[in-house]
Amino acid sequence: MFVMPVLLVLIVTGMQSGTFDLASKNKLPLLVCNRDTGAASLQFIRAVDTMGLFEVREIPASQNEEMIRERIYRKEAMMAVVLPADFSAEVSARSRAIAGKALRSFGLDDSVSRGAGSAAQAGARSRGTDGADLTLYYSPILQESFRRSAEGTLYSALQLVESRQLLKTLYFSINEKELPDTLENELLSNPEKISEIAVSRSAGRKAPTVSQHNVPAWTIFAMFFVVVSLGSGIVRDKRSGSFIRLRTMPTSYVVSILSRQITYLGVTMIQTVLIFAIGVWIFPYVGLPRLDLPDDWTGLVIISLLCGWCAVSYAICVGVFAETEEQANGFGVISIVILAAIGGLMIPDFIMTGPFRAAMKFSPLRWCLDAYYSLFLEGGKLKDVWPNVLSLFLIIAGLQGIALWGLKRKNLI
Amino acid sequence: MTARRTDHITPRGPDSSRPAMQIEDVTFHYPDQPGLFSHFSLRVEAGERFGLFGPNGAGKTTLMNLMTGLLAPSTGSIRLLGHEMKRHQRRINKLFGYIPQDFAFYQELSPVENLEFFGAWSGMTGPAIRRRTRELLDILGLAAVRHKKVQQFSGGMKRRVNLAIGVIHQPRLLVLDEPTVGVDVQTRHAIVNYLKQLNESGTTLIYTSHQLSEAEELCNTIALIDEGRIIAHEALDTLLARHRQEGLEGLFLELTGKNYRDQSV
Repeated sequence: MFVMPVLLVLIVTGMQSGTFDLASKNKLPLLVCNRDTGAASLQFIRAVDTMGLFEVREIPASQNEEMIRERIYRKEAMMAVVLPADFSAEVSARSRAIAGKALRSFGLDDSVSRGAGSAAQAGARSRGTDGADLTLYYSPILQESFRRSAEGTLYSALQLVESRQLLKTLYFSINEKELPDTLENELLSNPEKISEIAVSRSAGRKAPTVSQHNVPAWTIFAMFFVVVSLGSGIVRDKRSGSFIRLRTMPTSYVVSILSRQITYLGVTMIQTVLIFAIGVWIFPYVGLPRLDLPDDWTGLVIISLLCGWCAVSYAICVGVFAETEEQANGFGVISIVILAAIGGLMIPDFIMTGPFRAAMKFSPLRWCLDAYYSLFLEGGKLKDVWPNVLSLFLIIAGLQGIALWGLKRKNLI
Repeated sequence: MTARRTDHITPRGPDSSRPAMQIEDVTFHYPDQPGLFSHFSLRVEAGERFGLFGPNGAGKTTLMNLMTGLLAPSTGSIRLLGHEMKRHQRRINKLFGYIPQDFAFYQELSPVENLEFFGAWSGMTGPAIRRRTRELLDILGLAAVRHKKVQQFSGGMKRRVNLAIGVIHQPRLLVLDEPTVGVDVQTRHAIVNYLKQLNESGTTLIYTSHQLSEAEELCNTIALIDEGRIIAHEALDTLLARHRQEGLEGLFLELTGKNYRDQSV
């Protein structure tokens, strides 16, 4: 009830921390087979290296497709890019063609593009099926999102090389002299920076970290796992006859249900405090970002209590309707994993497709997560999460009602 | 089992002015078993050691559940110690004790913890619970294992814990459903003796079991029911004499027949 959730939070946060750090610390190895001898291919490799996503590993130009495939099978790298022998010539021809069009549109003499169009077409034909400038090999193990990200980086590098070539060609056509390096750098360097601002309701909130994302999510998951203890405990009571005995005693059954709920609500609160405390004080010692607790403590306490109460109500429902302890445990655990998955605890909601995105709205774990994210990531306050509070109240009332109906139907109250 | 004492039970003589249990004109049936009890009546006098017997499927368990308020009759009334069950369930629950056939307690707790829990549930105060817990554990021979988890106990010891929980609040009426099933001779003897002592100190017993020899030893009045009807209800001695039977088993077979009763499932 306490050790496993703590381990889960530590391990999952540690693992996801690697994904968060991909751009800064953990670079993706990229094999580069440069069969071109021109300047453009070297500029391209330098541009890829500078962008920071890849750790560029050049391999001999003599390597054929089979050898490159073998290197990927051996996990030497997850991706490899091949620059064809006419890469520089092709970039140059295309630049000249575009420059020619530009000069003609300005009403200037076009002497640079003559023959460039046919050279480019000949180059494309000689390179094969689709006339691609480069060929990218990738391991099917590599996730789609990483591959798309890598492709984007390669396109950016390619565009940078082409822009440089185009600029040089245009400058030469107009001024009949080479573009000075200083001007080239000035024109091509990108002085505009993107200012990243995490949208937050509180001015004091720091940028989101892997801890801010993971600790609330896995705390909710841990809370709902009371189903294993509470659900099977209720089944044991039913089967042993303790429920029946309690019914023949003068204390109201409401007291029984309430005492059980208060005890397990206490357990979920201890879990929450323990996991948050580990996030705040232990994470920094194991190389993870420190958990930054929300400013609105009232909101945090109320949302935690509602999440815990919702978990307890769900566990009671499972216990009331399960016939055996095995059934309660099996159904309880699997249903929590499913609700966590569709609730966006395991996979970010923004990448979910239609039906799953619709299903997400029906997972109580999602409402808990939304409320926590609003407090932890957006710097929200209790007033910002009232729709979640209302939803949680309603589902708690619903689950309690279903449990009481089940107990009545089974003649246990 | 340690030496038994009777002075721990508050003396309460049977109130002969009203019966311990009075079932009047009760009708009850399950959805899949129509007409189980139809206009059924039964009276158990205060101070009796009353035995309820019948073949499997006769309706004993249903009748016990009606007596303890676990089931509600469709029509008719059930009065326990003068109180109408429907209207005074909470008050009645303070006056009677129920010992189900199952081990209806928490096996992961010790006898002391179980008695404290169920004592509190019976509305007793802390000092009274502690005093009764000590008394009962001594009487039922569980003092030496008072703090051990019940799940480590033998079947006989668990039966005694089950019994102790049912009498912790000193009920005036005790309903027992097969209180000695699965125990050895020594434990059975001890339990029966303890139940007799309880009765002598004023507790009315309503008992059901398939242990007919034990019933002969314990009960002074019996009722035989079959298919939801009473087929005999009298003092045990009178009934045996009338039917010229030596024991309860012969009487039982004479009145209910020798055919199996639990053929259908």
